[in-house]
Amino acid sequence: MTRTKEWLYGWLLLLPAMALLVLFTHYPAVANLWHSFYSTPRGSRQAVFVGVDHYRQLADDPIFWQALSNNLWYALGTIPLSIALALMMAAWVNGRIAGRSVLRLAYFTPTILPMIAVANIWLFFYTPEYGLLEQFLRLFGVPTHNWLGSQSTALPAMMVVAVWKEAGFFMIFYLAALQSMSPHLAEAAAIEGASRWYFFRRVTFPLLMPTTLFVLVNAVINAFRLVDHVVVMTRGGPDNATALLLYYIYEIGFRFWDSAYAAALTMVLLVLLGAAALAQFLFLERRTHYQ
Amino acid sequence: MSAIAAENVSKHWTTAVGQVRAVDAISFEFEPGTLNVLLGPSGCGKSTTLRLIAGLETADEGRIFIAGRDVTRLPPAARNIAMVFQSYALFPHLSVAENIIFGLRVRKVPRNESAARLARVANLLGLASLLERKPGQLSGGQQQRVALGRAIIAQAPVCLMDEPLSNLDAQLRAEMRQEIRALQRKIGIAMVYVTHDQVEAMSMADRVVLLSAGKVEQTGTPVELYETPANVFVARFIGTPPMNLLRLEPSAGGAVIAGTDGPAFFPVEHASAMLGVRPEHIEIGFERGVRAGVESVEYLGGDSLIVCRVGTERVAVRAAGSVGLSRGESTWLRWPPGAQHYFDTSGNRREAHDRQTTATMFA
Repeated sequence: MTRTKEWLYGWLLLLPAMALLVLFTHYPAVANLWHSFYSTPRGSRQAVFVGVDHYRQLADDPIFWQALSNNLWYALGTIPLSIALALMMAAWVNGRIAGRSVLRLAYFTPTILPMIAVANIWLFFYTPEYGLLEQFLRLFGVPTHNWLGSQSTALPAMMVVAVWKEAGFFMIFYLAALQSMSPHLAEAAAIEGASRWYFFRRVTFPLLMPTTLFVLVNAVINAFRLVDHVVVMTRGGPDNATALLLYYIYEIGFRFWDSAYAAALTMVLLVLLGAAALAQFLFLERRTHYQ
Repeated sequence: MSAIAAENVSKHWTTAVGQVRAVDAISFEFEPGTLNVLLGPSGCGKSTTLRLIAGLETADEGRIFIAGRDVTRLPPAARNIAMVFQSYALFPHLSVAENIIFGLRVRKVPRNESAARLARVANLLGLASLLERKPGQLSGGQQQRVALGRAIIAQAPVCLMDEPLSNLDAQLRAEMRQEIRALQRKIGIAMVYVTHDQVEAMSMADRVVLLSAGKVEQTGTPVELYETPANVFVARFIGTPPMNLLRLEPSAGGAVIAGTDGPAFFPVEHASAMLGVRPEHIEIGFERGVRAGVESVEYLGGDSLIVCRVGTERVAVRAAGSVGLSRGESTWLRWPPGAQHYFDTSGNRREAHDRQTTATMFA
């Protein structure tokens, strides 16, 4: 009798969180997989089972491949850079310097600002002829250039915005980790004659691995789910040069209303993110020291 | 040539309330191969002094010498010292072996030499079977040994220790005390050992520097500090329970303990002074000396601690075994003249020339 009661009690405690997770996370994911095997219902036409047709279509879709490669470049360009910057900024503002709380706040500001506002600010920076960047470059005699409007520079310009926004956020995690490290470790190393770089390489960085792993997982997820900046700044243009995966899904699903094909694309994104997270945990976990 | 010397070294901090002199013009000299203790209550500047020697802080005034070389402005690594931290400061992600040879790696000591030195240190400290473990998998005592190992493998002539035993339990502390002392003698290094525990200081030190509020109160061997305390602070700090300090009053025929009407055992020139007598030097219940009322009796097994009232003063007495006295009873206290210390009104020691007068106590 008591066992049943305990069992019931336990499930009741789990119920609220589980209901929300199932309703908004697990069910949509499974339903998404299901819909990706059916055609998009239109008007009086019912959805019919089409098997892996959408996935075949996807393999022949040049825009999908471009979005995917854009996204990979975007991830590759922003993640290492923003993590390295975050680490450097954290190490700097962790030291005894004048006005460090102001510095910390300044670094964290991009994180507090709404994404749309951030995108608009940068839109002004990149404006041809009279944008901030143009005005600055004109001082050095650099000819005018439409940064967001040309194929070669649009994606890198977007990457700069992402690094600017992410680095400050990641810095907070590194700063917290650095502050929980005993200052005696650095002193012990100093007595042994270790240089600051040697100490960083052999002690600080390994001890920051749990933070790095956490930040890395977050950075990968952020890189693949970015959509706001694209919507505000480029709408995927010019000629899909800045189309990222999630933006392409949004276009297929809500501008062309091909929800079944969008579902198939979403599956690709999910599998990609799941694989990335799994790989990070499997490979880095082993090399990570948790205190 | 002394192993370590400090000349009028000062260090102050600027805080919201003004300048705090953490270390105030202190001087000392330690010989090679000796164990020297910086002793004092918390906040007395002993750890800061150690950090000044290590170079983790820079002195605002004065000079510091290690092996005759002026190191006042040198970084820690250039001072040829080793240090054991209170928290041990072991690198948690490195194995015991890697922790111990960390410094050798930094200095690029050849692999086979560092392996040989590691083996020697591990044997010396009984760590040979633990070399592959991480610090988190060790007990407090074992971590302490690793920290010691990291310090002695450097073969520096000076080893600094900042309250190394304070994180251990009482029994382990007693063991490690002996072990550190034996190790220090065996490898013949000069050690500077910071502690607030006078038992550690008394049992281990060749030389003790007793600090209070950033100043040196007294420097000497443990015996000197115990037998001839330079002032009231030292008298109270060394010994458990601390030395009794009794106010004296003038009366006909000499000085008496305040609030009593005699007998006048003490020379009249000490009438304004304080009399110091250690609890363990007082004999109780011999129907001679001064009258005392028993206020409390604490039986500790090997001995008893009796607190008595003499005039307006309170006197602690340590007597062997149980004494068969109880609260409210009246008894007698006496002590040999050699056990008496006099301190003037500013608290400094005054030499006593009172053998004749006090002899009456034993007549």
